[in-house]
Amino acid sequence: MTDLPAPLSGWIAARGWELHPHQRTMLERAGAPATLLIAPTGGGKTLAGFLPTLAELADGPHEGLHTLYISPLKALAADIKRNLRAPVEEAELPIRIEDRTGDTKPTARKRQRADPPHILLTTPESLALLISYPDAPHIFRGLRRVVVDEIHALRASKRGDQLMLALSRLEALCPGLRRVGLSATVQDPAEIAAYLAPQPEPCEVLHADPGPPPQVSMLETEEAPPWSGGGAAYAIPAVLEEVKRHKTTLIFHNTRAQAEIFFHNLWLANDEALPIGIHHGSLAREQREKVEAAMAAGGLRAVVCTGSLDLGIDWGDVDLVIQIGAPKNVARLVQRIGRAEHRYDAPSKALLVPANRWEVIECRAALEAVAEGELDGEPRAGGALDVLCQHMLICAASAPFEASALFEEVRRAGPYRGLTRAAFDDCLDFVATGGYAFRAYDKWQRLMERGGLWQLRDPRAAQRIRMNIGTIQDSDLLKVRMRGRGPALGEVEEAFAATLTPGDTFLIGGRIVRYEGLRDMTVEVSRTASRKPKIAVFGGTKFATSLELSQRVLRLLHGAHDGLPGHTADWIALQAEVSELPEAGKLLVESFPHDGREHLCIYGFAGRNAQQTLGLLLTKRMEETGLAPLGFVATDHATLIWGLDPVMDAAPLFELEGLRHGLETWLAGNAVMKRTFRGIATIAGLIERNTPGARKSGRQATFSSDILYDTLLKYEPDHLLMRITRAQAMRGLVDFSRIEARLMAVSGIETRRLARVSPFAAPLFLEVGKVPVEGAAEERLLAQETERLMQAAGLA
Amino acid sequence: MQGYSFTLAGAELVARGSGALFWPAESLLCVSDLHLGKSERIARRGGSALPPYETRETLSRLDAELEATGARTVICLGDSFDDSAAAEALSAEDKLWVGRLQAGRRWVWIEGNHDPGPVDLGGAHLAALPLSPLTFSHIADPARFGEVSGHYHPKATLKSRGRAVTRACFLIDSDRLIMPAFGTYTGGLRSHHETLSSLMRPEALAVLTGPEPSPMPMPR
Repeated sequence: MTDLPAPLSGWIAARGWELHPHQRTMLERAGAPATLLIAPTGGGKTLAGFLPTLAELADGPHEGLHTLYISPLKALAADIKRNLRAPVEEAELPIRIEDRTGDTKPTARKRQRADPPHILLTTPESLALLISYPDAPHIFRGLRRVVVDEIHALRASKRGDQLMLALSRLEALCPGLRRVGLSATVQDPAEIAAYLAPQPEPCEVLHADPGPPPQVSMLETEEAPPWSGGGAAYAIPAVLEEVKRHKTTLIFHNTRAQAEIFFHNLWLANDEALPIGIHHGSLAREQREKVEAAMAAGGLRAVVCTGSLDLGIDWGDVDLVIQIGAPKNVARLVQRIGRAEHRYDAPSKALLVPANRWEVIECRAALEAVAEGELDGEPRAGGALDVLCQHMLICAASAPFEASALFEEVRRAGPYRGLTRAAFDDCLDFVATGGYAFRAYDKWQRLMERGGLWQLRDPRAAQRIRMNIGTIQDSDLLKVRMRGRGPALGEVEEAFAATLTPGDTFLIGGRIVRYEGLRDMTVEVSRTASRKPKIAVFGGTKFATSLELSQRVLRLLHGAHDGLPGHTADWIALQAEVSELPEAGKLLVESFPHDGREHLCIYGFAGRNAQQTLGLLLTKRMEETGLAPLGFVATDHATLIWGLDPVMDAAPLFELEGLRHGLETWLAGNAVMKRTFRGIATIAGLIERNTPGARKSGRQATFSSDILYDTLLKYEPDHLLMRITRAQAMRGLVDFSRIEARLMAVSGIETRRLARVSPFAAPLFLEVGKVPVEGAAEERLLAQETERLMQAAGLA
Repeated sequence: MQGYSFTLAGAELVARGSGALFWPAESLLCVSDLHLGKSERIARRGGSALPPYETRETLSRLDAELEATGARTVICLGDSFDDSAAAEALSAEDKLWVGRLQAGRRWVWIEGNHDPGPVDLGGAHLAALPLSPLTFSHIADPARFGEVSGHYHPKATLKSRGRAVTRACFLIDSDRLIMPAFGTYTGGLRSHHETLSSLMRPEALAVLTGPEPSPMPMPR
């Protein structure tokens, strides 16, 4: 074993601790260029990542930054700082540790750039910002190690691509830099290793002992779950009982809206006034920090939360994790379970609470998967080109660069190892000139090549570039504030705000507020005595059930219903009676009226991407045949379409020839493509979310990104950003082959015309992520509604 | 394309779904806030390089409206250019196109806040145009009656059966008409905004643009 410096080994011995085997191995391999450690939550993963740093820094003085730690969450950086301080202060090591995130004060940031600490804890976005400064070489001078925490989570998104590009940049600045990735248990360690390693270096994968298997079960309640709905209000008394029985409970939800509603109901039933908090990404920072601090101090008995607490924050004494609603992904469930008993040798304890009977089946499927140790993975394509475009801007903001040198540097990043020079040059052309066939901006290029070096035409542009760094796509968010000079309560999506009328009430931060109006891009609300919010709160993130889980669900429907509670077996029986059960050899299609609209429900069990594609294709055909579709929503099992006219026989809509016909051409016009384009254009720097001088109220100067999409589609459909948009949207469409295979295998498509919603269709009405269809139905609605309004106003 | 017919100060007008206004008695077509050359101006000022196609797209829609109405007089109601330099920087092709549209027609450029000076293109340049019983001016003046103006790019939202549809719109009352923006790269100001609410009478109508423009009480 590599010797730990005396102060550190003394500190560990004084606690009666012993290093885990994987922590010792990390010390031994400290010199490797790249190492990936796979360990369960609570396995001392973070300490394993930092031990080599502590050992090196304890050994002798170091000038400047030594180790950079990057995590996907700001809260995680703050948490690690707290945890690292204990050994450093108690062992009296001469080490300075600081964090730097979007929340760090400007004075502290400035000081950090001039005089960096030994260990800097940060996020991918803050790192990208650091490398955009001209003094980046000074900031990172002396850097030896990079620790990337929760790399499995980063890899699933463009944030990971941005981080890997930044690491290539750092490696160019600091030759000999060593990387360590810390990951939860995943299906494909080798792929993550290749993602992390500087190409073509190898990356060794270390596996920690996975520890005892988790104890996970479904919560038994006296009352049966409802047919539909996501609130799980029926389970409130049982959940409260569990909270009372444990020290600290984390109550996870799949969406922010569900977390809000559950929290509200929990408080209404909380007769003993147990201290219970709420934590999710839409709440104002002060509110989140309050909960985090109370939690760390042991002042809370439970926290109702969402994915914002998914990652490895150390919450101390959590001894129970409750998952409300079916877990959509087994790997994520396993991670959440890991929150309980944050100790390596004790089994984690978790309860699943299905919100409705459909979710009972999903929970059962997830339990089986956990028991069998099956994890699901989400395949990712190569590095995103829109992220590369932003990286070029970031590099130019820092210093002039030579194209070939940057190309070689980018190819050292794992996700970009297969990048061609042609693709690189396309991106550079876009960043410099806009990349249009019509060369309009030769005079006003963003980047100019002078003396073989690419640089900003106007150096002042660097500020605008820095203001728009990042790849996280919050759809446009509006702050919510109490009218007058009230505190910020959180944020809601602009699209949600647009549907509000003064007087409407909604939930945010666990309280009910009344919508007053929109003012300076802020949603103004007031307190209200109402106990029942009329409108559900903002959408939040939608998770897709992995295909593996979907398949398990279909098998469960047809296998024995032994493992299922009676109420759910009854529900399945009711579906069989009212309509029928989906089967592998048939495609079940239901048609029914509901709430003034007509609906069509298709049970494809092909995964959300494929079901979404099916929704796009079918609504297009319905539009062509005059069936006036209004929109649709897709889940992993089914697609629900609504419109103005009933579909009595859906079979003609499914003709394969018709579905395939013009797939690409018409696809170009739909809302999914526009949504995809918007994200890509923002990341690539075509749309600037932030400009010097803040966003003003309802300004007529800003226009929708849809207009840019439509313009490009008409005048330059093969523009780089359009190609990136198509490629990204098509990745979802690849799954269309599953629909095709399914359609070819079925003997026939029978449309079941029902008088009302079927038991299986009901839950679909509460899904978020609805896709509108623009077409004849919209015009008809407008005509009807304007006439009604004119009459109501006595004007017609 | 359909239109909504209404009367302002005795003049019979049609609010067209394209966002243009037609006055059949005068064979007059009015469009507002074309913002030609907007992408050039943004790039010049260090912003991003937006697709440089908005000028030809706006001109082709204007071309189609002239074709459809056969208007003999055209009024561009101000902010026709994103700024004076953008007007000068129009491509030779686009300038020729404007010339073609002007041929055989009376053409009036009303000055806007973006394009106060005269531009190097044919047509008359005026601060405002009185054409009894109406007055055409870029920005609304609460004191005027029978006024047609632009500037605010009004838009309105209609909610029905869980669907919110937002579109550019005309705002109409017994005193005035505020036109939607005709330019391709333009956004809008919500009809709820206090500036618009205070300009328009309580019984004002909003006419959403689109294939079948129809009136509704102005959302406020």
